[in-house]
Amino acid sequence: MEAQLPILQILIPLLAAPICVVLRRRVPVLTFAIAVSWATFGVAVMLLQRVLAGGTLSYALGGWAPPWGIELRVDPLTGFVLMFVSLIGAVTLTYAPRSLEREIPDDRLHLFVAAFLLCLTGLLGIVVTGDMFNVFVFLEISALSSYVLIALGADRRALTAAFQYLVLGTIGATFILIGIGLLYMMTGTLNMQDMATRLPEVMGTRTVLAGLGFLSIGLFIKMALFPLHGWLPNAYTFAPSAVTAFLAATATKVSVYVTLRFTFTVSNVEMDFGASDLGTIMITLSLAGILVASTVAIFQRDVKRLLAYSSVAQIGYMVLGISFASVTGVTATIVHLFNHALTKGGLFLAMGCFAFVLGGVQLKHLRGVGKTMPFTTFAWVLGGLSLVGVPATAGFVSKVYLIRAALEAGVWPVAAMILLSSLLALVYVWRVVEVAYFQAPPEDAPRREAPLSMQLATWALIGAAIVFGLWTSASAGIAERAARVLLGVGA
Amino acid sequence: MSTVLGLYNYWVVIILMMTGFYIVISSGNLIKKVIGLNIFQTSVFLLYITIGKRAGGTAPILVDHGSESYTNPLPSVLILTAIVVGVATTSVALALIVRIREAYGTVEEDDIRAMDGAE
Repeated sequence: MEAQLPILQILIPLLAAPICVVLRRRVPVLTFAIAVSWATFGVAVMLLQRVLAGGTLSYALGGWAPPWGIELRVDPLTGFVLMFVSLIGAVTLTYAPRSLEREIPDDRLHLFVAAFLLCLTGLLGIVVTGDMFNVFVFLEISALSSYVLIALGADRRALTAAFQYLVLGTIGATFILIGIGLLYMMTGTLNMQDMATRLPEVMGTRTVLAGLGFLSIGLFIKMALFPLHGWLPNAYTFAPSAVTAFLAATATKVSVYVTLRFTFTVSNVEMDFGASDLGTIMITLSLAGILVASTVAIFQRDVKRLLAYSSVAQIGYMVLGISFASVTGVTATIVHLFNHALTKGGLFLAMGCFAFVLGGVQLKHLRGVGKTMPFTTFAWVLGGLSLVGVPATAGFVSKVYLIRAALEAGVWPVAAMILLSSLLALVYVWRVVEVAYFQAPPEDAPRREAPLSMQLATWALIGAAIVFGLWTSASAGIAERAARVLLGVGA
Repeated sequence: MSTVLGLYNYWVVIILMMTGFYIVISSGNLIKKVIGLNIFQTSVFLLYITIGKRAGGTAPILVDHGSESYTNPLPSVLILTAIVVGVATTSVALALIVRIREAYGTVEEDDIRAMDGAE
């Protein structure tokens, strides 16, 4: 049983999805799906424990030994990402039923839940697999189901947003497919470990460089790295609240994980950054993204869209960490994956609470909300502080690591720009705080809080963002171990 | 000679890829965008199949004891999966277009943008 944990991680949500379609009725579907999502989280926690105690796990799918068969491979980084992706999945699915009452008719709910579980399957599959082509397949499973989830938004613009995402997402995935094909052409293998040993021989060739180029561009589209973020703001703004929270916290993070995996496990760092200047490109794009997207966020009137632009900026931080290619830099990226998933997930869940009670999330709807919905607003403010990177929040931990990495690399202007971008974040968070606390609520404003299940889920993530801001040895400690294993500098 | 004619398949792949990509970018009609996307994906299918092909090689199922050269079956198998993914993507895209048509009454991107801008 225990040896089967890696495959159970994917199998449980994958098999649960069609069962939900068969169950059809609201209560059984929701009970079953929520139980399944928490079971998935349980499997992920067990995997993480085992990896931290006993080192990397390898699972040969169907008994076919790698490199011929498909290998599932769990190292500390995999375990850590699996843990938080399945946690966010379970929390948002617990939150979803009340939140979706206004957004999805009851007779369609089972289909929504099935698509949600398939999306979770795809994301977990991308993380757990050790096979290049498998990454593409799981990427498409999660992407196809996320197009469906986004299109379920109440506004008709959700449809065009989903279509735009579909076109860009498919181009991105096809680029990844081309990249994998070109690498396969030169190495004759699809297993990541095997490819890592064969790639150095053929590294300088044009085919391999073209392959890595296609892979990088495809992943940049998928993770919405500036300036390839065009699909993200509309998709996050018009998707149902629970979907936005889930995708914002997991989908782009998983693409960052794949970039880490391809950059450090598959292709050798020094050659990669020396020969192709990928590091320089990543530093430039991420810094531009951090500053431009943060500035654009300041001028948004729709708070969901404001947070979406903030997400583009946060992706910049993660890519910046990768581009240093040092233990501190990669640790910053990994810990920020986790911290930002908690923070942004919590913030979008709070937005869902506002939308549920107030009927909209434009700044004008939020006037005086600090008085009418004090608990939710306070959660939002704590999340906002973590976004800025105030000490004692999770966001602070990430920024400290990132600035340390910049100083270690001797590029103090980069460190200064990280601080500057925190000020920009403070401005956009403050805009919401000002409207919420210093403006009088309209006469007819509803004076009630969101349903308990929604508030609990919001507070679970925001609370975790505070806990891991104080208890840094847990999150940053695991992240650093994962970074050391990834870079191969002793665990 | 060998670089131009010998790589005939790759030229076709590149031409198809660029044609499809251009249609996706330039066309304002959502259906045409999906068609462009299909051409774009098909070019990658051809690329994979070309990678596996050996000149004069037979089908891998007909080989006895490795005496003959045969075509690598793995890329073909991979592409079967990618074709299924492509069909799924197309069907989701077309379903979305049906809903867009119901909600907006048009499948032209410019008209949709004008209607969204008016809101």
